[in-house]
Amino acid sequence: MDGFAVAFEPLNLAMMMLGCLMGLFIGAIPGLGSVNGVAILLPITFFVPPTSAVIFLAAIYYGAMYGGAISSIMLGIPGASTAVATTFDGRPMAIKGLADRALIAAAIASFVGGTISVIYFTLFAPPLANFALRFGSTEEFALMVLAFATFIGLGGDDIPKTIFMILFGLVLSSVGLDIISGHPRLIFFDLPGFYKGISFIVLAIGIYGIGEMLWTLEQAQGKVEIAKHTFGIKRGVETLKMLWRRSKLNMFLSSTLGYFVGILPAAGATPGSLMAYGMARSMAKNPEEYGRGNVNGVVAPEAANNAASTGSLLPMLTLGIPGSPTTAILLGGMIIWGLEPGPLLFSQHPEFVWGLIASLYAANLFTVILNLSLIPVFIWILRTPFTILAPIIFVLCFVGGFAPASSMHDVWLILIFGVVGYLMRKLDYPMAPLVLAIVLGPLAEKSFRQTMIAEHGDMTIFLTRPISLICLIAALGLIIYPLYLVRQRRKAKLNMEAPKS
Amino acid sequence: MRHAEQIMALALVAFSLFLMWKSSELPIGWVSGKGPGGGAFPFWLSLGMLVASGVIFWRARRRVTPQSRDENSFMGYSTFRLFVVSAGAIFVMFLGTHFVGAYVMIPLFLAFYMRFLGGHSWVVIAPIALLAPIVTFFFFEIGMKVFLPKGVTEPLFYPLYSMFF
Repeated sequence: MDGFAVAFEPLNLAMMMLGCLMGLFIGAIPGLGSVNGVAILLPITFFVPPTSAVIFLAAIYYGAMYGGAISSIMLGIPGASTAVATTFDGRPMAIKGLADRALIAAAIASFVGGTISVIYFTLFAPPLANFALRFGSTEEFALMVLAFATFIGLGGDDIPKTIFMILFGLVLSSVGLDIISGHPRLIFFDLPGFYKGISFIVLAIGIYGIGEMLWTLEQAQGKVEIAKHTFGIKRGVETLKMLWRRSKLNMFLSSTLGYFVGILPAAGATPGSLMAYGMARSMAKNPEEYGRGNVNGVVAPEAANNAASTGSLLPMLTLGIPGSPTTAILLGGMIIWGLEPGPLLFSQHPEFVWGLIASLYAANLFTVILNLSLIPVFIWILRTPFTILAPIIFVLCFVGGFAPASSMHDVWLILIFGVVGYLMRKLDYPMAPLVLAIVLGPLAEKSFRQTMIAEHGDMTIFLTRPISLICLIAALGLIIYPLYLVRQRRKAKLNMEAPKS
Repeated sequence: MRHAEQIMALALVAFSLFLMWKSSELPIGWVSGKGPGGGAFPFWLSLGMLVASGVIFWRARRRVTPQSRDENSFMGYSTFRLFVVSAGAIFVMFLGTHFVGAYVMIPLFLAFYMRFLGGHSWVVIAPIALLAPIVTFFFFEIGMKVFLPKGVTEPLFYPLYSMFF
């Protein structure tokens, strides 16, 4: 209950409402997702207390999960990567003239997903935090390895490219001064700007702000048309009744799956929503209707992505491991605010943790009301051509990138990361592992070097400590499993080709 | 697309080698009493990058990845134009900021982009291009105390500062 007292403090309540509104808006704009909103607006939070700051960012995260569905349904372009699966059935519904039903289904499913996940969060956060107390630098490093391995295993991306991006992110994180000796390291062209290292904010704004917008501009080519739709109270009530009849079990199962996928380090809401879509289709009596405008095809990913967004906060708060790129940025923010994520956070800053949880409850309710009432407004905004939206977003990247360090060096890095990120993205290099690695890099290096110094270079310590061993075995399994799948697929392909030849 | 995949992989091989060389400016092995040297972490990770980019190149040559089998061009003319104009305009905005400041370059950038790429009328462009720097100034400078670079236009802001601070 103390948490609610914190959540309903005037400043925190105002930050929560503002965050929900901005998140909804950012999530609804194609090319911008919660990760962009959190990355671009992070500098603003340096001017309020840490609890208010994280409430603001978590509200953006929540709002964006709702907002992402809007452009997925109306335009067929996912408003955020987490809403990719929503496009599969949301867009066909809109084409059929059922856009209002799809939007209501998305909002209600998001609300249910968010609520169920907050209940899970409240029940499971303290036990996990207690378990995390047993983590030393050895376990911490092994856990980092597991987080990176989860990205390789669950990402579904090209494995060598994913590994390359993780290693690249780790190297970028080591730019600046050596954490032990204090010597300058990787100071490119002797530019003084590199002495302070490369901030993950700079990388995230470059990749997700400029790079992603370049990508979206290419995809849209400035031509975005909107489906016509109607909206009325009577149709709204009918839709709610239909959802209760047809989708209640789907909402519950998708929320549960999404929450647990969200907890997995580096999995996040996008795989969660896609897995929930797959689960809903495989369990449906009429799977052939999926992809042609089945309301359950909207409900499943939307319930799952909201549940996963809460789930991914849990390992971030209790273990210091982000479950998604957005929480990776939130994690970086917490470190900047002077809050060390991990087991001690619950005992040292209970007002922060429980205030955040209570705010999630409040944000969930506030966002669904906001979402339903703002549907007509968002449609109007989404009618704005990209050629107006894009330059405004580029300016926001510039100002948002300059603000934290008041450095033009960072602004130039944003452009370089944006352009290189765009070119690499065209060749299917995954960007999320890069962001994850630059955030976790300093922690990984610190824990590894601390362990090595303490154990005089004896690496077998990673195999003799039980938690560390379990993490490393799990990591190995996650790396081997996709390789095994690739091999199986190749075999199956050869078997299919053999009779033809 | 196929050539782009190979060229990118080769560029990453070269970049990894550069990072290895750069990391070795600090000790990359074990330093007695101090553990791994300062350059060890980036050096061995760069070696990993080298191996990974080598595998990417090898897979591209063997046409294992979808991109390496794609015979379409990496960038069509319209995409190339969009990319060059967008990235070029951002480059000019950043460069110009060093000399004439953000509050001159932001409206110029917005106006150019919306006019040149969007073909919008001045009636649409003018309010956005003029309001954006005003909102930015009040939100960032007055509200958040974040002062954007102003170049030679700095003295023009002194009266405003004296009004608000």
